[in-house]
Amino acid sequence: MTPAAILHRALAEPESMRGLSADDWNALIRVGRAERLLGTVAERAVPLWDALPAGAQTCLTEERDITRGDHLAARWEIDRAALALRNVGCPVILMKGSAYLHAGLPAAQGRRIGDLDILVPRAALPAVEAALLAHGWLQAKENAYDDHYYRTWMHELPPMVHKERGGVIDVHHTILPLTARLKPDADALIESRVAVADGLFVLGPAEMLLHSAAHVAYDGEFEGGTRNLWDIHCLASDFAQTPGFWDRLTEATDRHQLRVPLSRALRLARRLYGTDVPETLAGRMDLVDRLALRKLHGRDRFGHQGAKLSDRLLYMRGHWLRMPPLMLTEHLARKAFRRKERAQPV
Amino acid sequence: MTPDRWPSRTLRIGPASFHLRSPFRRVIDEVNALYRDYPAETADGIYDYAVSAVPSSPLRRWVNPNLRLECDFEPFDTLPLPVELGMLGLEMGMNLQMAVGYRRHVVVHAASSASGDKAALLIGDSGAGKSTLSALLAYREGWRHLGDEFALLDLDAPLLHPFPRPISLKNASIAAMEARAPADRFGPVLEGTVKGTIRHLLPPAAAIDAMETPAEIALVVAPHFRENAAPAWRPMTRTETYVRLAASSTNQALMGEAGFEAVWRCLAHAPAFDIMYGSSDDALELFETLWRKVTA
Repeated sequence: MTPAAILHRALAEPESMRGLSADDWNALIRVGRAERLLGTVAERAVPLWDALPAGAQTCLTEERDITRGDHLAARWEIDRAALALRNVGCPVILMKGSAYLHAGLPAAQGRRIGDLDILVPRAALPAVEAALLAHGWLQAKENAYDDHYYRTWMHELPPMVHKERGGVIDVHHTILPLTARLKPDADALIESRVAVADGLFVLGPAEMLLHSAAHVAYDGEFEGGTRNLWDIHCLASDFAQTPGFWDRLTEATDRHQLRVPLSRALRLARRLYGTDVPETLAGRMDLVDRLALRKLHGRDRFGHQGAKLSDRLLYMRGHWLRMPPLMLTEHLARKAFRRKERAQPV
Repeated sequence: MTPDRWPSRTLRIGPASFHLRSPFRRVIDEVNALYRDYPAETADGIYDYAVSAVPSSPLRRWVNPNLRLECDFEPFDTLPLPVELGMLGLEMGMNLQMAVGYRRHVVVHAASSASGDKAALLIGDSGAGKSTLSALLAYREGWRHLGDEFALLDLDAPLLHPFPRPISLKNASIAAMEARAPADRFGPVLEGTVKGTIRHLLPPAAAIDAMETPAEIALVVAPHFRENAAPAWRPMTRTETYVRLAASSTNQALMGEAGFEAVWRCLAHAPAFDIMYGSSDDALELFETLWRKVTA
């Protein structure tokens, strides 16, 4: 069993933690921290808490405290953003961790939450940005190229950071970069919204799952894939309890052109966590799946991911899907030059 | 030699445990020498944090070797370190785990020292003289060294928990302590760090033996060293002390109400003073005066 598989199993079948050796625990703690999933492991371990070794209890308790702090901070960021945006006159839709938390979904249990992600109609972007600037958020990117990159080609504004709290907000107007080959229907995403507390919204169940799937299986190189696929597993297992969900999901998938990434995400979640998925939606394993699985099992017992050829191929694929070839060449050249300037003395 | 079989050392310091490793044998040899008095295992074989000093690229293991850190709680991009500073790198890695990951106590960037069952907390910015003062207390006055880098505040009672790492002496303090502590308690001289020259001083063995015994906080002191300054002291208000403690804590704010309560409980329990001095003799004398005052 790979060190990563110990983590996958601990999440999907918490009872498996009863039989772990000290070496296994040390590996689980490292890989869990590296994947930002140890807090979730800790929540999953609660029913068998007394059977865990003391050293594991210590680390898991600490992780629960860290997650609790994260959630407290995330709730406050949500609250402040709601206040700043209440007079803008457009729906404000929470996304990812903050959405799971605010909507009380099982996917939020033990989940680390970093930046606040929101979705608003594209036409409202100037008003939203102005309102955030007026309420203490600042542009985090000072580099003119970065600013241009986000505004022209991406699906979000350049990230903004609050000048006192340091919280980062990402304001999206759709769920994939504008330069990507697939074009989800942004209006339909916003249309799908469901009201939650404080005048805020979250995406409808199908769209929420699609966003998560697009994020893990299309936009990027499966970085953080273990966590994102756990999100997929939790969302799919939760929503599937509502009759007719898979049909509505299929319909939404076709509208947003997201069949390929959705199927891939569901296949990989099933492979890692045993997610119950209809065969018609799962489709068949392919080369990208295999590369992704290699990466998802790639960490050693210290949580370190070696740079392997399969990871490089995924990186290239991620960027290939993200933007057209000429643009990609220029973008990577700029990033390569910049990397040299970034390192800090100790 | 695969990464799983690199030289390594498990290390218990107070309530925390670390697993240190590096393919560079000399780095772990230096760790073993400096930390010889510390337990090398945990009760059930599970340790809290792993810190590795790895070659900055596969080539750098063999050609112009240098290293970078890999930890559970990761550092930001840093420049590679020469192998001679590998042990210092591991120390920084351990500090980072305590600063970012540790939540069992409030972690304050401060020194602490105990006499009997009562303890003093020494707060202040880098260079204020915390390490030197705590080293003097340990080796000249026979106090129990609790720590010179991080003080750990209990979450339920006004107690300080020991985290007695080797004391990190810098520049002029090195010679001052070499005159007062046994030669075999010192680590290698580390030159060319961002803080200048560093030399570690192993605390007295008794302090390490007692590293699981907390002490009641009785005094908070904010030392200020200034060349040729006349010795002076003034009491600090609770508000001022709170602000200073909160600003020097790595996790108090992140721990929310529990963090605030822990800090406030300690400073409601122990009076706080700002002291100014120009020599270590003055510092110790001021400290002793205040100590007598609060423990009388």
